[in-house]
Amino acid sequence: MPVTIEIPTAFRRFTDGTPKIDCSAATIAEALNDLTTRFPALSRHVRDEQGQIRQFLNVYLNEEDIRFLGGEGCTLKEGDRVLLVPSIAGG
Amino acid sequence: MSDLYELRCRECGKTWGNTPKSFCEDCFSPLEVAYDYDSLKKKVRRENLACRTFNMWRYAEFLPLFKDFTPTSAVGGTPLVASRKLASHWGTSQLYFKNDAVCFPSLSFKDRVVGTALVAARRFGFETVGCSSTGNLANAVAAQAAQQGFDACVFIPADLEPAKVLNTAVYGARIVRINGNYDHVNRLCAQIADRFKWGLVNVNLRPYYSEGSKTHGFEIAEQLGWRLPDNVVVPMAGGSLITKIAKAFRELVTLGWVEAKPVKFFGAQATGCSPISDGVKRNLARFEPQKPNTIARSLAIGNPADGPFAIKLIRESGGWAEDIPDPEIVQAIKLLAETEGIFTETAGGVTAGVTQKLIAQGRIGSDEITVVCITGNGLKTTDAIAAEFPVTEAIAPRLDAFEAYLDSQFTAAAAAK
Repeated sequence: MPVTIEIPTAFRRFTDGTPKIDCSAATIAEALNDLTTRFPALSRHVRDEQGQIRQFLNVYLNEEDIRFLGGEGCTLKEGDRVLLVPSIAGG
Repeated sequence: MSDLYELRCRECGKTWGNTPKSFCEDCFSPLEVAYDYDSLKKKVRRENLACRTFNMWRYAEFLPLFKDFTPTSAVGGTPLVASRKLASHWGTSQLYFKNDAVCFPSLSFKDRVVGTALVAARRFGFETVGCSSTGNLANAVAAQAAQQGFDACVFIPADLEPAKVLNTAVYGARIVRINGNYDHVNRLCAQIADRFKWGLVNVNLRPYYSEGSKTHGFEIAEQLGWRLPDNVVVPMAGGSLITKIAKAFRELVTLGWVEAKPVKFFGAQATGCSPISDGVKRNLARFEPQKPNTIARSLAIGNPADGPFAIKLIRESGGWAEDIPDPEIVQAIKLLAETEGIFTETAGGVTAGVTQKLIAQGRIGSDEITVVCITGNGLKTTDAIAAEFPVTEAIAPRLDAFEAYLDSQFTAAAAAK
């Protein structure tokens, strides 16, 4: 499915300044794999040594945190936006 | 470094100087302010404080300020109330309430964090400051921004308590209401900080902001006669305050201002939003975010930024975390008011109610020094308890009417028995 991944400024030094990419992915996991395949320098910032999404990296599908959607296995549909937010602040 | 402090990654340890940034660009973990304690030891002594006013700025050397900084307002310096009635009621002998319900200027502990955040905002040249807020922080940003000449723009969930919205609006701040919960607001603010050159106190200024929380801990130690307590009970929203009180205690030990001793840290949440207490109780490697559903709006953060650090601190200190449902929050607010004369908001009800629970569980010992952190004022959340106090019928301004009123009250009381 064609979806868009939005890349925050802090990540763009690993993506040659690219602010977003379109990719074809059926799940969040596939979308993240597509992203890190295109930009291998980003890989270790997205996943930890155990292959899990890093603890302080928040991934959203449209308006929702993917942890409320079943995690990275949740399915995507055409036109979905995937948003990465490093180290959510607040509080 | 010319300053005696700089930003350091809490995970990988990389240092970043002083800049408006909240996370490490190498590993994306949160940053915090690290100090040159060897230099601090030479520079400041506990005795220096004797001639300083009792407010948060008396601990200036432990805060990320700049040379020749002069305080703009008397933030902090709140009472540590030694409990008699509630201590007796709960069967403890050394119970204290650190009462930031009367913190200046906006009646919550958030005045402290905004104090240090706006120093950083000035240093970095921001003209507009803002925040994502569950209410208290918006009040504090609006008040101090007005006093110090910043433009303020705050972002809040659309359904916040009316008193908290009014207490922001009155200072002239721009309020942007967001259709969503606090976590939605927070995510938006992360994007805004990425796009606009604004000083968002709990986003890109967060490391400096959170240092202000330490002064709550410094004051506790000083008010106990430069001693650390055995237990501290702290409300948790994002989980920052509890970790910063711990940092304050560590710093006092490092500088030799208090004797080292084990302090147990206890976290308090509402059951309707309890990702951190849930993580502690279930011994989770990672907390699970929640959708908040509680009257304790100021603690309603389902994805707490410092959740992992709070869980680690609580576990390593030998403390615990608990949560209570909304009806118990209301009862705890009333109990604290009726026994200690302290009117706290819902978050304080959570903390008081959880303390009662921890004592009943035997996790807090009866002869230990326990400090309960009350962080906000009850005047801001009157809606939460209004139903407990129905409006009574008015009487005529005559003595016979008052006598009839008393008769009716006695009759009603007798009937109730």
